[in-house]
Amino acid sequence: MNEHATISKAFRAAFPVTLPILAGFMFLGIAYGVFMNVSGFGAGWTFLMSLLIFAGSMEFVAVGLLLGAFNPLGALLLTLMVNARHLFYGISMLEKYKGTGWKKPYLIFGMCDESFSINYSAKIPEGVDRGWFMFFVTLLNHAYWVAGATVGGVLGSFVNFDLKGLEFVMTALFVVIFVEQWMKQKIHDSAVIGIAISVLGLILFGPDRFIIPSMIAILAMLTLTRKALERKTAEAEEGGPA
Amino acid sequence: MMMTVSQQIVTIAVVVLGTMATRFLPFLIFPPGRPTPEYVKYLGRVLPAAAIGLLVIYSLKDINLLSATHGLPELVSVAVVVWLHLWKKNMFLSIAAGTILYMILIRL
Repeated sequence: MNEHATISKAFRAAFPVTLPILAGFMFLGIAYGVFMNVSGFGAGWTFLMSLLIFAGSMEFVAVGLLLGAFNPLGALLLTLMVNARHLFYGISMLEKYKGTGWKKPYLIFGMCDESFSINYSAKIPEGVDRGWFMFFVTLLNHAYWVAGATVGGVLGSFVNFDLKGLEFVMTALFVVIFVEQWMKQKIHDSAVIGIAISVLGLILFGPDRFIIPSMIAILAMLTLTRKALERKTAEAEEGGPA
Repeated sequence: MMMTVSQQIVTIAVVVLGTMATRFLPFLIFPPGRPTPEYVKYLGRVLPAAAIGLLVIYSLKDINLLSATHGLPELVSVAVVVWLHLWKKNMFLSIAAGTILYMILIRL
């Protein structure tokens, strides 16, 4: 297969799986652009920030930072806190992003929640180039976000639509991916640990502070149960499909 | 007092840097050329399931159980997504139905 055919095949496989993100990012992106606009930032700023940061929730937080007093160290610490969950994505993708050549830095740059969860879980069809597939998933997500944000930034407060609740498309996507992974796993311990500890963390620390304590507790739990978990996994595999 | 433009640019650069640090760090610490420690390989196998669980809760973090709706639209819609997906295994159906249901429920 020549290069061009490989690329177009990967694009045609990647595009459909990004459609939920298209809906979600158009909506959230426009909301972000409008928010920037009413906060006094022109569409140029919105375009640049959505292009360079490409981390949805962090960009909303960044607007607050820009409107406050100049405090780069505080901004750095807050960013590390809000985005710490990406560390887990990186550890999870070490193997999958291996051997993707020049695309790898971009795949890592664009590893937002949505790119990670799709690239981690997608069943890439036989004969489709893995590197190009993941590249297009990331690139399309990035393009949707920048386009949505810029449109919102240009239209500003002229935007007057009632699509409240469309952001739930992201939650639904993550829930579907969770269920898909669940059906594939023979051992559900890690999935249960992830949900249970995060819920507990949310109750104890509240929505703005629960991520880091929850991540630490998840790591501790997976480390403490490593022997038992590896034994269970090995046994489940010897026993054939569950 | 409003920041100057150069201060704003520095602030954005810091946010970009911080975001990239969280994304690139694992890849810089464990480059493909060197053998990855067994412990990290183990984490690479078990962590994704937990990370996606964390992501589900993260996307629901702003539910307020004390609000007028008590988080019911979220919980009902999530339950419907799970049920539909276990039953029909159709990603688009599950996501579309769950989202439309949620948009209706919050307007009731």
